[in-house]
Amino acid sequence: MSSTFDTVADIIAETCDIPREDIKPESHAINDLEIDSLDFLDIAFAIDKAFGIKLPLEQWTQEVNDGKATTDQYFVLSNLCARIDELIAAKRA
Amino acid sequence: MIDRVVDLALDVPKIVMEAAVPTSSPVFEGHWPGYPVMPAVLLIETMAQTSGLLILARTRFARLPFLAAVKNAKIRRSVFPGETMTVEGLLLHEGSGFTVARGQIHVGGKQVCEAELTHRVMPFPDPKVRAEIESVAAQVGLPLGVMSDAG
Repeated sequence: MSSTFDTVADIIAETCDIPREDIKPESHAINDLEIDSLDFLDIAFAIDKAFGIKLPLEQWTQEVNDGKATTDQYFVLSNLCARIDELIAAKRA
Repeated sequence: MIDRVVDLALDVPKIVMEAAVPTSSPVFEGHWPGYPVMPAVLLIETMAQTSGLLILARTRFARLPFLAAVKNAKIRRSVFPGETMTVEGLLLHEGSGFTVARGQIHVGGKQVCEAELTHRVMPFPDPKVRAEIESVAAQVGLPLGVMSDAG
């Protein structure tokens, strides 16, 4: 069974045409992989469907804009996957 | 671009609208001289407006949709002045700050185009803008029950 990271990395590779080997857990979606906000909507759509969740992008963006969080917390892929796992667990609870 | 709501099913969520292609328009003068055809970009805009109205209804006019992406658009045949389009919008996904919808247009019972449409959705910039858009929505027959409760 694929890990959360494998699924997310496959989605990013296919959606944004980025070589799969360039996508690592420590990769920052924006700073390293150069994914823009529009492409991230495609990624979010695919992630939402794959995991049956709804990434709270607006909340995350607001927290970053308000200085309450850094982009690393949500867009470094290992952290993004941890957030996804939390959302999955919350949905099952 | 759109004239009236034919059907609205918020539980699906899906909307069906009717849009009449005008018999004359400055748009047709150049597209094409002597052979007027509805430009494909306006077919996409018609589908986008239809899906946009569905998004407005789903959010009870709390959010304003902006077309952000068009994928897999197919124009199966030209649409001509005087034809009546039946335009459908089906919401495939409601994400955080965005939606994905499938738009379709039928003429004479046959599908003439389709596309997948992504909209960004954002809060209205001010209440006057929302009031204007609610007015337009009411004119095309959107039920008053889906409008915002705010005055």
